Amino acid sequence: MSTPAPATTAGFSTSFERQKGPGGEEHMILNMGPSHPSTHGVLRILLELDGEVIVRAEPDVGYLHRGMEKIAEVYGYNKFVPYTDRFDYLAPIANNVAVVSAVEKCAGIEIPERARMLRLVCCELGRISAHLLGIGAFAMDIGALSVFLYSFQQRENIYNFMEALTGARFTVSWTRVGGCARDLPPGWVDGVKRFVKDFPQRIERDVEGLLTTNRIWVDRLKGVGVMPRDVAISYGLTGPSLRASGVEWDLRKEQPYLGYENFDFDIPVGEVGDAYDRYLVRIEEMKQSARILQQALDRIPEGPINVDDKKIVLPGKREVLTSMEQLIHQFMVVTEGPELGPAERYFGVENPKGELGFYVDADGTGRPRRMRVRGPSFMNIASFPYALKGSMLADVVAILGSFDFVMGECDR
Amino acid sequence: MTAENPSPESPAVAAIRSRWPDAVRDVAVNAGQFRVTIPREKLIEILTALRDDPVLKFDFLVDLTAIDLSPAVPRFRMVYVLRSMTRREELVLKCEVPEDDCRVPSAHELYRCVNAMERECYDMFGIHFTGHPDLRRILMPEMFTDFPLRKDFPMVGKMSDQEWAEWIVARAQRTEGDPA
Repeated sequence: MSTPAPATTAGFSTSFERQKGPGGEEHMILNMGPSHPSTHGVLRILLELDGEVIVRAEPDVGYLHRGMEKIAEVYGYNKFVPYTDRFDYLAPIANNVAVVSAVEKCAGIEIPERARMLRLVCCELGRISAHLLGIGAFAMDIGALSVFLYSFQQRENIYNFMEALTGARFTVSWTRVGGCARDLPPGWVDGVKRFVKDFPQRIERDVEGLLTTNRIWVDRLKGVGVMPRDVAISYGLTGPSLRASGVEWDLRKEQPYLGYENFDFDIPVGEVGDAYDRYLVRIEEMKQSARILQQALDRIPEGPINVDDKKIVLPGKREVLTSMEQLIHQFMVVTEGPELGPAERYFGVENPKGELGFYVDADGTGRPRRMRVRGPSFMNIASFPYALKGSMLADVVAILGSFDFVMGECDR
Repeated sequence: MTAENPSPESPAVAAIRSRWPDAVRDVAVNAGQFRVTIPREKLIEILTALRDDPVLKFDFLVDLTAIDLSPAVPRFRMVYVLRSMTRREELVLKCEVPEDDCRVPSAHELYRCVNAMERECYDMFGIHFTGHPDLRRILMPEMFTDFPLRKDFPMVGKMSDQEWAEWIVARAQRTEGDPA
Protein backbone atom coordinates (compact mmCIF):
# COMPACT_ATOMS: atom_id res chain seq x y z
CA MET A 1 0.00 0.00 0.00
CA SER A 2 1.23 3.47 -0.84
CA THR A 3 1.65 4.75 2.64
CA PRO A 4 4.46 6.75 4.17
CA ALA A 5 6.71 4.74 6.42
CA PRO A 6 5.89 5.14 10.11
CA ALA A 7 8.05 7.39 12.21
CA THR A 8 9.39 4.39 14.05
CA THR A 9 8.59 0.76 13.57
CA ALA A 10 10.44 -0.23 16.68
CA GLY A 11 8.62 -2.32 19.26
CA PHE A 12 8.60 -1.93 22.98
CA SER A 13 11.71 -3.99 23.36
CA THR A 14 13.79 -1.40 21.53
CA SER A 15 11.88 1.82 22.12
CA PHE A 16 11.67 1.19 25.83
CA GLU A 17 15.35 1.65 26.42
CA ARG A 18 16.76 1.62 29.85
CA GLN A 19 17.72 5.03 31.10
CA LYS A 20 20.09 5.95 33.86
CA GLY A 21 19.13 8.04 36.86
CA PRO A 22 20.62 11.47 37.56
CA GLY A 23 23.25 9.91 39.80
CA GLY A 24 24.15 7.35 37.14
CA GLU A 25 22.32 4.56 38.94
CA GLU A 26 20.99 1.65 36.89
CA HIS A 27 17.24 1.41 36.35
CA MET A 28 15.48 -1.90 36.17
CA ILE A 29 12.85 -2.79 33.58
CA LEU A 30 10.02 -4.90 34.96
CA ASN A 31 7.45 -6.50 32.72
CA MET A 32 4.03 -6.77 34.34
CA GLY A 33 1.43 -8.91 32.63
CA PRO A 34 -0.13 -9.59 30.20
CA SER A 35 -1.58 -12.29 32.43
CA HIS A 36 -1.28 -10.66 35.80
CA PRO A 37 -4.34 -11.19 38.05
CA SER A 38 -4.71 -7.48 38.75
CA THR A 39 -4.88 -6.50 35.09
CA HIS A 40 -8.49 -7.78 34.80
CA GLY A 41 -7.88 -9.21 31.39
CA VAL A 42 -4.74 -9.04 29.35
CA LEU A 43 -2.85 -5.82 29.85
CA ARG A 44 0.91 -5.62 29.79
CA ILE A 45 2.68 -2.78 31.52
CA LEU A 46 6.36 -2.06 31.21
CA LEU A 47 7.76 -0.44 34.30
CA GLU A 48 11.10 1.24 34.66
CA LEU A 49 12.10 1.14 38.28
CA ASP A 50 14.56 3.09 40.37
CA GLY A 51 14.64 0.84 43.41
CA GLU A 52 10.96 0.49 44.17
CA VAL A 53 9.89 3.80 42.65
CA ILE A 54 8.38 3.81 39.17
CA VAL A 55 10.27 6.16 36.88
CA ARG A 56 8.34 5.35 33.74
CA ALA A 57 5.38 3.19 32.88
CA GLU A 58 4.05 2.23 29.51
CA PRO A 59 0.89 0.20 28.98
CA ASP A 60 0.84 -2.25 26.07
CA VAL A 61 -2.69 -2.98 24.93
CA GLY A 62 -4.26 -4.91 22.09
CA TYR A 63 -4.14 -8.50 23.31
CA LEU A 64 -7.94 -8.66 23.16
CA HIS A 65 -8.38 -6.83 19.85
CA ARG A 66 -11.14 -8.46 17.82
CA GLY A 67 -11.76 -5.82 15.17
CA MET A 68 -15.16 -4.77 16.45
CA GLU A 69 -15.31 -1.67 14.28
CA LYS A 70 -14.60 -3.69 11.16
CA ILE A 71 -17.25 -6.22 12.18
CA ALA A 72 -19.81 -3.42 12.54
CA GLU A 73 -19.08 -2.24 8.99
CA VAL A 74 -19.74 -5.71 7.61
CA TYR A 75 -22.61 -6.98 9.77
CA GLY A 76 -24.85 -3.96 10.15
CA TYR A 77 -26.61 -2.40 13.10
CA ASN A 78 -28.70 -5.14 14.70
CA LYS A 79 -26.21 -7.91 14.11
CA PHE A 80 -23.57 -5.80 15.83
CA VAL A 81 -25.53 -5.70 19.10
CA PRO A 82 -24.31 -9.14 20.31
CA TYR A 83 -20.73 -7.97 19.78
CA THR A 84 -21.30 -5.03 22.10
CA ASP A 85 -21.94 -7.50 24.91
CA ARG A 86 -18.21 -8.13 24.75
CA PHE A 87 -17.08 -4.53 25.24
CA ASP A 88 -17.59 -3.91 28.92
CA TYR A 89 -18.63 -7.43 29.73
CA LEU A 90 -19.49 -6.52 33.30
CA ALA A 91 -22.49 -4.48 32.17
CA PRO A 92 -23.34 -5.91 28.74
CA ILE A 93 -26.86 -4.51 28.71
CA ALA A 94 -25.56 -0.96 29.10
CA ASN A 95 -23.43 -1.44 25.97
CA ASN A 96 -26.45 -2.76 24.05
CA VAL A 97 -28.37 0.35 25.01
CA ALA A 98 -25.42 2.59 24.14
CA VAL A 99 -24.96 1.31 20.61
CA VAL A 100 -28.60 1.40 19.60
CA SER A 101 -29.07 4.78 21.26
CA ALA A 102 -26.26 6.15 19.11
CA VAL A 103 -27.71 4.66 15.95
CA GLU A 104 -31.19 5.91 16.78
CA LYS A 105 -29.92 9.38 17.63
CA CYS A 106 -27.97 9.49 14.38
CA ALA A 107 -30.97 8.44 12.29
CA GLY A 108 -33.50 10.48 14.27
CA ILE A 109 -35.57 7.55 15.53
CA GLU A 110 -37.68 8.23 18.62
CA ILE A 111 -38.40 5.11 20.65
CA PRO A 112 -41.59 4.65 22.69
CA GLU A 113 -41.73 5.79 26.28
CA ARG A 114 -41.90 2.26 27.70
CA ALA A 115 -38.81 1.17 25.80
CA ARG A 116 -36.90 4.18 27.11
CA MET A 117 -37.85 3.44 30.68
CA LEU A 118 -36.97 -0.26 30.37
CA ARG A 119 -33.58 0.67 28.91
CA LEU A 120 -32.98 3.11 31.75
CA VAL A 121 -33.80 0.48 34.36
CA CYS A 122 -31.47 -2.01 32.69
CA CYS A 123 -28.67 0.54 32.38
CA GLU A 124 -28.80 1.25 36.10
CA LEU A 125 -28.86 -2.46 36.94
CA GLY A 126 -25.81 -2.81 34.70
CA ARG A 127 -24.08 0.04 36.51
CA ILE A 128 -24.66 -1.58 39.89
CA SER A 129 -23.40 -4.91 38.53
CA ALA A 130 -20.23 -3.39 37.04
CA HIS A 131 -19.36 -1.33 40.11
CA LEU A 132 -19.95 -4.30 42.42
CA LEU A 133 -17.47 -6.39 40.50
CA GLY A 134 -15.10 -3.45 40.08
CA ILE A 135 -14.94 -2.84 43.82
CA GLY A 136 -14.93 -6.54 44.68
CA ALA A 137 -12.02 -7.31 42.37
CA PHE A 138 -10.24 -4.14 43.49
CA ALA A 139 -10.49 -5.21 47.12
CA MET A 140 -9.37 -8.71 46.21
CA ASP A 141 -6.27 -7.32 44.50
CA ILE A 142 -5.44 -5.36 47.63
CA GLY A 143 -5.93 -8.49 49.74
CA ALA A 144 -9.45 -8.13 51.14
CA LEU A 145 -10.90 -11.30 49.70
CA SER A 146 -14.27 -11.43 51.44
CA VAL A 147 -15.65 -8.26 49.81
CA PHE A 148 -15.54 -10.01 46.46
CA LEU A 149 -17.71 -12.82 47.76
CA TYR A 150 -20.30 -10.46 49.25
CA SER A 151 -20.46 -8.29 46.15
CA PHE A 152 -20.81 -11.33 43.92
CA GLN A 153 -23.71 -12.45 46.06
CA GLN A 154 -25.46 -9.22 45.10
CA ARG A 155 -24.47 -9.49 41.45
CA GLU A 156 -26.05 -12.92 41.34
CA ASN A 157 -29.45 -11.24 41.77
CA ILE A 158 -28.79 -9.00 38.78
CA TYR A 159 -27.73 -12.00 36.69
CA ASN A 160 -31.04 -13.64 37.62
CA PHE A 161 -32.97 -10.54 36.55
CA MET A 162 -31.12 -10.51 33.24
CA GLU A 163 -31.83 -14.18 32.69
CA ALA A 164 -35.54 -13.64 33.31
CA LEU A 165 -35.65 -10.64 30.98
CA THR A 166 -33.39 -11.67 28.12
CA GLY A 167 -32.90 -15.42 28.38
CA ALA A 168 -29.15 -15.04 28.93
CA ARG A 169 -27.32 -14.29 32.12
CA PHE A 170 -24.23 -12.70 30.66
CA THR A 171 -24.39 -11.98 26.92
CA VAL A 172 -27.81 -10.45 26.89
CA SER A 173 -28.07 -8.80 23.40
CA TRP A 174 -31.36 -7.28 24.44
CA THR A 175 -31.78 -4.12 22.40
CA ARG A 176 -32.64 -3.65 18.73
CA VAL A 177 -32.62 -0.52 16.65
CA GLY A 178 -36.01 1.01 17.41
CA GLY A 179 -36.76 -0.80 20.63
CA CYS A 180 -36.06 -3.92 22.67
CA ALA A 181 -36.13 -7.62 21.94
CA ARG A 182 -38.39 -8.71 24.77
CA ASP A 183 -40.85 -7.17 27.16
CA LEU A 184 -40.73 -7.64 30.93
CA PRO A 185 -41.68 -11.09 32.24
CA PRO A 186 -44.42 -11.19 34.89
CA GLY A 187 -43.21 -10.39 38.39
CA TRP A 188 -39.91 -8.93 37.22
CA VAL A 189 -40.56 -5.42 38.50
CA ASP A 190 -41.51 -6.68 41.96
CA GLY A 191 -38.34 -8.76 42.14
CA VAL A 192 -36.14 -5.81 41.20
CA LYS A 193 -38.02 -3.63 43.70
CA ARG A 194 -37.27 -6.08 46.49
CA PHE A 195 -33.61 -6.18 45.48
CA VAL A 196 -33.29 -2.40 45.25
CA LYS A 197 -35.02 -1.87 48.59
CA ASP A 198 -32.36 -3.64 50.67
CA PHE A 199 -29.47 -2.96 48.34
CA PRO A 200 -28.11 0.27 49.93
CA GLN A 201 -28.12 -1.32 53.40
CA ARG A 202 -26.39 -4.43 52.09
CA ILE A 203 -23.70 -2.32 50.44
CA GLU A 204 -23.19 -0.37 53.63
CA ARG A 205 -22.87 -3.52 55.68
CA ASP A 206 -21.00 -5.86 53.34
CA VAL A 207 -18.75 -3.52 51.39
CA GLU A 208 -18.46 -0.18 53.11
CA GLY A 209 -18.41 -1.74 56.57
CA LEU A 210 -15.42 -3.82 55.55
CA LEU A 211 -13.51 -1.20 53.57
CA THR A 212 -14.30 2.50 53.96
CA THR A 213 -12.73 2.98 57.39
CA ASN A 214 -10.49 -0.08 57.25
CA ARG A 215 -7.02 1.05 58.30
CA ILE A 216 -5.16 -1.07 55.74
CA TRP A 217 -7.54 -0.12 52.91
CA VAL A 218 -7.24 3.61 53.65
CA ASP A 219 -3.45 3.44 54.00
CA ARG A 220 -3.12 1.61 50.71
CA LEU A 221 -5.35 4.00 48.74
CA LYS A 222 -5.06 7.50 50.15
CA GLY A 223 -2.82 9.73 48.10
CA VAL A 224 -2.09 6.95 45.60
CA GLY A 225 -2.43 7.50 41.85
CA VAL A 226 -3.53 11.12 42.14
CA MET A 227 -5.02 12.57 38.95
CA PRO A 228 -5.37 16.36 39.23
CA ARG A 229 -8.43 17.92 37.66
CA ASP A 230 -6.81 19.45 34.57
CA VAL A 231 -4.72 16.35 33.86
CA ALA A 232 -7.80 14.13 34.08
CA ILE A 233 -9.62 16.32 31.56
CA SER A 234 -6.63 16.47 29.24
CA TYR A 235 -6.29 12.68 29.30
CA GLY A 236 -9.93 12.34 28.35
CA LEU A 237 -10.86 10.41 31.47
CA THR A 238 -14.58 9.88 31.89
CA GLY A 239 -16.89 8.25 34.36
CA PRO A 240 -15.99 7.69 38.01
CA SER A 241 -12.29 8.23 37.28
CA LEU A 242 -13.01 11.77 36.07
CA ARG A 243 -15.51 12.59 38.79
CA ALA A 244 -13.09 11.45 41.51
CA SER A 245 -10.79 14.25 40.30
CA GLY A 246 -13.43 16.81 41.20
CA VAL A 247 -15.01 17.31 37.79
CA GLU A 248 -18.77 17.23 38.08
CA TRP A 249 -19.47 15.74 34.67
CA ASP A 250 -22.01 13.02 34.08
CA LEU A 251 -23.69 12.69 30.71
CA ARG A 252 -26.87 11.61 32.48
CA LYS A 253 -27.07 15.14 33.89
CA GLU A 254 -25.27 17.20 31.26
CA GLN A 255 -26.79 15.75 28.11
CA PRO A 256 -29.75 13.76 29.40
CA TYR A 257 -30.79 10.76 27.34
CA LEU A 258 -33.40 8.05 28.02
CA GLY A 259 -35.26 10.56 30.19
CA TYR A 260 -32.67 10.83 32.98
CA GLU A 261 -33.70 14.49 33.39
CA ASN A 262 -36.94 13.33 35.06
CA PHE A 263 -35.17 11.61 37.93
CA ASP A 264 -33.83 12.87 41.19
CA PHE A 265 -30.25 11.76 41.78
CA ASP A 266 -26.87 13.19 42.77
CA ILE A 267 -23.51 13.04 41.06
CA PRO A 268 -20.83 12.07 43.59
CA VAL A 269 -17.57 13.97 43.12
CA GLY A 270 -14.18 13.35 44.71
CA GLU A 271 -11.78 15.96 46.01
CA VAL A 272 -8.21 14.80 45.48
CA GLY A 273 -8.50 12.35 42.62
CA ASP A 274 -6.66 9.51 44.36
CA ALA A 275 -7.55 5.84 44.41
CA TYR A 276 -9.59 6.26 47.59
CA ASP A 277 -11.75 8.93 45.96
CA ARG A 278 -12.37 6.69 42.98
CA TYR A 279 -13.52 3.98 45.36
CA LEU A 280 -15.85 6.33 47.24
CA VAL A 281 -17.36 7.70 44.02
CA ARG A 282 -18.20 4.18 42.86
CA ILE A 283 -19.83 3.27 46.17
CA GLU A 284 -21.98 6.38 46.09
CA GLU A 285 -22.87 5.86 42.43
CA MET A 286 -24.30 2.44 43.22
CA LYS A 287 -26.53 3.97 45.87
CA GLN A 288 -27.63 6.68 43.47
CA SER A 289 -28.41 4.03 40.87
CA ALA A 290 -30.58 2.28 43.44
CA ARG A 291 -32.29 5.62 44.02
CA ILE A 292 -32.98 6.04 40.30
CA LEU A 293 -34.29 2.48 40.13
CA GLN A 294 -36.66 3.05 43.05
CA GLN A 295 -38.17 6.00 41.20
CA ALA A 296 -38.17 4.35 37.78
CA LEU A 297 -39.73 1.03 38.73
CA ASP A 298 -42.93 2.77 39.83
CA ARG A 299 -43.14 4.80 36.66
CA ILE A 300 -42.80 2.23 33.87
CA PRO A 301 -45.61 3.16 31.47
CA GLU A 302 -47.71 0.72 29.48
CA GLY A 303 -47.40 0.64 25.73
CA PRO A 304 -45.33 -0.77 22.89
CA ILE A 305 -41.60 -1.46 23.26
CA ASN A 306 -40.78 -0.95 19.58
CA VAL A 307 -41.29 1.87 17.12
CA ASP A 308 -44.18 1.41 14.74
CA ASP A 309 -42.05 1.32 11.60
CA LYS A 310 -41.72 -2.11 10.07
CA LYS A 311 -38.77 -1.01 7.98
CA ILE A 312 -36.79 -0.76 11.21
CA VAL A 313 -38.17 -3.41 13.55
CA LEU A 314 -39.42 -6.88 12.70
CA PRO A 315 -43.17 -7.12 12.08
CA GLY A 316 -45.15 -9.62 14.14
CA LYS A 317 -45.25 -13.20 12.97
CA ARG A 318 -49.02 -13.16 12.41
CA GLU A 319 -48.73 -10.14 10.11
CA VAL A 320 -45.84 -11.72 8.24
CA LEU A 321 -47.91 -14.82 7.53
CA THR A 322 -50.96 -12.89 6.37
CA SER A 323 -49.61 -9.80 4.61
CA MET A 324 -47.32 -9.70 1.57
CA GLU A 325 -45.95 -6.28 2.51
CA GLN A 326 -45.00 -7.34 6.02
CA LEU A 327 -43.33 -10.45 4.63
CA ILE A 328 -41.16 -8.22 2.44
CA HIS A 329 -40.38 -6.00 5.42
CA GLN A 330 -39.35 -8.98 7.49
CA PHE A 331 -37.14 -10.26 4.69
CA MET A 332 -35.45 -6.89 4.31
CA VAL A 333 -34.94 -6.30 8.04
CA VAL A 334 -33.38 -9.75 8.46
CA THR A 335 -31.19 -9.78 5.35
CA GLU A 336 -30.24 -6.12 4.91
CA GLY A 337 -31.04 -4.71 8.35
CA PRO A 338 -32.72 -1.37 8.91
CA GLU A 339 -31.55 1.03 6.21
CA LEU A 340 -30.60 4.29 7.89
CA GLY A 341 -29.16 7.59 6.81
CA PRO A 342 -27.42 9.22 5.17
CA ALA A 343 -26.52 10.80 8.50
CA GLU A 344 -23.54 10.90 10.79
CA ARG A 345 -23.10 11.83 14.39
CA TYR A 346 -21.15 11.22 17.57
CA PHE A 347 -23.21 10.12 20.52
CA GLY A 348 -21.92 9.02 23.90
CA VAL A 349 -23.68 7.64 26.95
CA GLU A 350 -22.57 7.36 30.55
CA ASN A 351 -21.58 3.74 31.00
CA PRO A 352 -20.25 2.30 34.27
CA LYS A 353 -16.62 2.74 33.18
CA GLY A 354 -17.10 6.13 31.57
CA GLU A 355 -18.34 7.56 28.34
CA LEU A 356 -18.99 4.87 25.76
CA GLY A 357 -19.42 6.79 22.53
CA PHE A 358 -20.09 5.83 18.95
CA TYR A 359 -19.34 7.85 15.86
CA VAL A 360 -21.88 6.46 13.43
CA ASP A 361 -21.52 7.26 9.74
CA ALA A 362 -24.67 5.82 8.17
CA ASP A 363 -24.64 5.96 4.39
CA GLY A 364 -28.21 4.92 3.67
CA THR A 365 -27.63 1.18 3.48
CA GLY A 366 -28.17 -1.44 6.14
CA ARG A 367 -24.55 -1.21 7.22
CA PRO A 368 -22.68 1.75 8.64
CA ARG A 369 -19.80 3.11 6.60
CA ARG A 370 -17.97 3.66 9.84
CA MET A 371 -18.82 2.77 13.41
CA ARG A 372 -16.15 4.17 15.65
CA VAL A 373 -16.24 2.97 19.25
CA ARG A 374 -14.83 5.26 21.90
CA GLY A 375 -14.07 2.88 24.72
CA PRO A 376 -13.63 4.70 28.03
CA SER A 377 -11.16 2.09 29.29
CA PHE A 378 -8.85 2.88 26.37
CA MET A 379 -8.53 6.49 27.50
CA ASN A 380 -8.25 5.47 31.16
CA ILE A 381 -5.39 3.12 30.37
CA ALA A 382 -3.73 5.77 28.20
CA SER A 383 -3.38 7.87 31.35
CA PHE A 384 -1.30 5.24 33.16
CA PRO A 385 2.07 6.76 32.24
CA TYR A 386 1.01 9.74 34.34
CA ALA A 387 -0.92 7.90 37.05
CA LEU A 388 1.84 5.36 37.78
CA LYS A 389 4.83 7.67 37.56
CA GLY A 390 6.48 8.31 40.89
CA SER A 391 4.48 5.76 42.85
CA MET A 392 5.82 2.64 44.50
CA LEU A 393 5.79 -0.73 42.77
CA ALA A 394 3.32 -2.10 45.34
CA ASP A 395 0.88 0.71 44.48
CA VAL A 396 0.53 -0.40 40.87
CA VAL A 397 -2.09 -2.96 41.80
CA ALA A 398 -4.03 -0.36 43.80
CA ILE A 399 -3.95 2.16 40.97
CA LEU A 400 -4.97 -0.40 38.35
CA GLY A 401 -7.86 -1.57 40.51
CA SER A 402 -9.02 1.95 41.23
CA PHE A 403 -9.34 2.81 37.53
CA ASP A 404 -11.55 -0.25 37.08
CA PHE A 405 -10.89 -0.78 33.37
CA VAL A 406 -12.07 -3.63 31.19
CA MET A 407 -9.82 -4.86 28.43
CA GLY A 408 -12.69 -6.00 26.22
CA GLU A 409 -13.64 -2.38 25.84
CA CYS A 410 -10.11 -1.03 25.62
CA ASP A 411 -8.97 -3.35 22.83
CA ARG A 412 -12.36 -3.76 21.16
CA MET B 1 -35.11 8.49 7.46
CA THR B 2 -32.68 11.19 8.46
CA ALA B 3 -32.19 13.70 11.22
CA GLU B 4 -30.16 16.08 9.08
CA ASN B 5 -32.03 19.36 9.15
CA PRO B 6 -31.09 23.03 9.17
CA SER B 7 -30.95 24.82 12.50
CA PRO B 8 -29.36 28.05 13.76
CA GLU B 9 -25.60 28.08 13.64
CA SER B 10 -23.66 27.43 16.86
CA PRO B 11 -21.32 30.06 18.34
CA ALA B 12 -18.34 27.83 17.61
CA VAL B 13 -19.15 27.56 13.91
CA ALA B 14 -19.76 31.31 13.75
CA ALA B 15 -16.39 31.94 15.43
CA ILE B 16 -14.55 29.71 12.96
CA ARG B 17 -16.34 31.42 10.10
CA SER B 18 -15.43 34.91 11.28
CA ARG B 19 -11.79 34.18 12.10
CA TRP B 20 -11.00 31.93 9.14
CA PRO B 21 -13.49 32.91 6.44
CA ASP B 22 -11.82 30.73 3.82
CA ALA B 23 -11.35 27.72 6.05
CA VAL B 24 -14.94 26.57 6.42
CA ARG B 25 -15.51 24.27 3.49
CA ASP B 26 -18.67 22.61 4.64
CA VAL B 27 -21.05 22.76 7.59
CA ALA B 28 -23.59 20.09 8.42
CA VAL B 29 -25.69 19.46 11.49
CA ASN B 30 -27.35 16.45 13.05
CA ALA B 31 -29.82 17.31 15.84
CA GLY B 32 -27.72 20.12 17.30
CA GLN B 33 -24.29 18.61 16.66
CA PHE B 34 -22.38 20.60 14.05
CA ARG B 35 -19.78 19.16 11.73
CA VAL B 36 -17.33 21.57 10.16
CA THR B 37 -14.93 20.59 7.40
CA ILE B 38 -11.69 22.56 7.44
CA PRO B 39 -8.46 22.29 5.45
CA ARG B 40 -5.71 20.13 6.86
CA GLU B 41 -3.21 23.02 6.97
CA LYS B 42 -5.41 25.01 9.35
CA LEU B 43 -6.24 22.05 11.61
CA ILE B 44 -3.81 22.62 14.47
CA GLU B 45 -4.35 26.38 14.39
CA ILE B 46 -8.11 25.99 14.69
CA LEU B 47 -7.91 23.21 17.30
CA THR B 48 -5.61 25.36 19.43
CA ALA B 49 -7.82 28.41 19.08
CA LEU B 50 -10.95 26.46 19.98
CA ARG B 51 -9.28 24.98 23.05
CA ASP B 52 -7.85 28.27 24.33
CA ASP B 53 -10.71 30.59 23.46
CA PRO B 54 -12.06 31.93 26.80
CA VAL B 55 -15.65 31.81 25.53
CA LEU B 56 -15.72 28.66 23.42
CA LYS B 57 -13.47 26.60 25.74
CA PHE B 58 -13.40 23.27 23.95
CA ASP B 59 -11.35 21.75 26.74
CA PHE B 60 -12.19 18.06 26.18
CA LEU B 61 -11.25 15.98 23.17
CA VAL B 62 -13.85 13.24 23.11
CA ASP B 63 -12.70 11.27 20.13
CA LEU B 64 -10.31 11.26 17.24
CA THR B 65 -10.72 8.90 14.34
CA ALA B 66 -10.79 8.59 10.58
CA ILE B 67 -13.26 7.40 7.99
CA ASP B 68 -12.34 5.58 4.80
CA LEU B 69 -14.58 7.05 2.10
CA SER B 70 -13.22 5.00 -0.79
CA PRO B 71 -13.83 4.97 -3.69
CA ALA B 72 -14.36 8.71 -3.14
CA VAL B 73 -11.46 11.12 -3.54
CA PRO B 74 -9.91 12.36 -1.28
CA ARG B 75 -10.05 8.98 0.35
CA PHE B 76 -9.80 9.63 4.10
CA ARG B 77 -11.49 12.01 6.41
CA MET B 78 -10.20 12.80 9.89
CA VAL B 79 -12.80 13.34 12.60
CA TYR B 80 -12.16 15.27 15.81
CA VAL B 81 -15.01 15.34 18.32
CA LEU B 82 -14.55 18.28 20.67
CA ARG B 83 -16.55 19.14 23.73
CA SER B 84 -16.86 22.23 25.85
CA MET B 85 -17.59 21.09 29.38
CA THR B 86 -18.72 24.53 30.51
CA ARG B 87 -21.03 25.20 27.56
CA ARG B 88 -22.07 21.56 27.04
CA GLU B 89 -21.55 21.78 23.32
CA GLU B 90 -20.10 19.15 21.05
CA LEU B 91 -18.46 20.03 17.76
CA VAL B 92 -17.12 17.72 15.09
CA LEU B 93 -14.15 18.99 13.10
CA LYS B 94 -13.32 17.15 9.93
CA CYS B 95 -10.54 17.43 7.42
CA GLU B 96 -9.88 15.57 4.24
CA VAL B 97 -6.76 13.49 3.70
CA PRO B 98 -5.81 12.25 0.23
CA GLU B 99 -4.49 8.72 -0.13
CA ASP B 100 -1.26 9.68 -1.90
CA ASP B 101 -0.33 12.12 0.87
CA CYS B 102 -1.59 10.36 3.97
CA ARG B 103 -0.38 12.89 6.50
CA VAL B 104 -2.05 14.92 9.21
CA PRO B 105 -0.28 17.24 11.64
CA SER B 106 -0.25 15.69 15.11
CA ALA B 107 -2.27 17.36 17.87
CA HIS B 108 -0.44 15.61 20.69
CA GLU B 109 0.60 18.89 22.30
CA LEU B 110 -2.98 20.03 22.72
CA TYR B 111 -4.49 17.14 24.66
CA ARG B 112 -2.67 14.34 26.47
CA CYS B 113 -5.08 11.67 25.22
CA VAL B 114 -4.16 12.39 21.59
CA ASN B 115 -0.99 10.33 21.82
CA ALA B 116 -2.85 7.02 22.18
CA MET B 117 -5.71 8.04 19.87
CA GLU B 118 -3.42 8.97 17.01
CA ARG B 119 -1.50 5.76 17.47
CA GLU B 120 -4.74 3.84 17.10
CA CYS B 121 -5.72 5.85 14.05
CA TYR B 122 -2.35 5.15 12.45
CA ASP B 123 -2.67 1.48 13.36
CA MET B 124 -6.09 1.13 11.78
CA PHE B 125 -5.87 3.45 8.77
CA GLY B 126 -2.19 4.07 8.12
CA ILE B 127 -2.60 7.80 8.44
CA HIS B 128 0.72 9.34 9.36
CA PHE B 129 0.69 11.99 12.08
CA THR B 130 3.61 14.31 11.48
CA GLY B 131 5.27 15.37 14.70
CA HIS B 132 3.88 12.52 16.78
CA PRO B 133 6.59 11.50 19.28
CA ASP B 134 5.96 7.76 19.25
CA LEU B 135 3.90 6.65 16.26
CA ARG B 136 3.74 2.89 16.66
CA ARG B 137 0.99 0.32 16.33
CA ILE B 138 -1.07 0.06 19.47
CA LEU B 139 -3.75 -2.63 19.02
CA MET B 140 -2.37 -4.76 16.20
CA PRO B 141 0.85 -6.74 16.60
CA GLU B 142 4.05 -4.99 15.63
CA MET B 143 4.78 -7.30 12.68
CA PHE B 144 1.40 -6.58 11.13
CA THR B 145 1.81 -4.86 7.78
CA ASP B 146 -1.73 -3.85 6.74
CA PHE B 147 -4.21 -1.31 8.01
CA PRO B 148 -7.33 -3.26 8.94
CA LEU B 149 -10.00 -0.56 8.91
CA ARG B 150 -9.24 0.44 5.33
CA LYS B 151 -12.04 -0.67 3.07
CA ASP B 152 -9.69 -2.75 0.91
CA PHE B 153 -8.70 -4.91 3.88
CA PRO B 154 -10.89 -8.01 3.73
CA MET B 155 -12.99 -9.31 6.57
CA VAL B 156 -11.40 -12.75 6.36
CA GLY B 157 -7.68 -13.30 5.90
CA LYS B 158 -6.04 -12.72 2.58
CA MET B 159 -3.66 -15.69 2.80
CA SER B 160 -4.55 -19.32 2.26
CA ASP B 161 -3.87 -21.89 4.97
CA GLN B 162 -0.75 -22.98 3.09
CA GLU B 163 0.55 -19.41 2.92
CA TRP B 164 -0.16 -18.94 6.63
CA ALA B 165 1.81 -22.07 7.49
CA GLU B 166 4.76 -20.84 5.44
CA TRP B 167 4.53 -17.40 7.01
CA ILE B 168 4.60 -18.85 10.53
CA VAL B 169 7.63 -21.01 9.72
CA ALA B 170 9.39 -18.02 8.16
CA ARG B 171 8.71 -15.91 11.21
CA ALA B 172 10.04 -18.60 13.53
CA GLN B 173 13.25 -18.74 11.47
CA ARG B 174 13.53 -14.94 11.47
CA THR B 175 13.35 -14.63 15.24
CA GLU B 176 15.55 -17.64 16.00
CA GLY B 177 18.22 -16.75 18.48
CA ASP B 178 16.43 -13.50 19.28
CA PRO B 179 13.88 -14.26 21.98
CA ALA B 180 12.64 -10.65 22.12
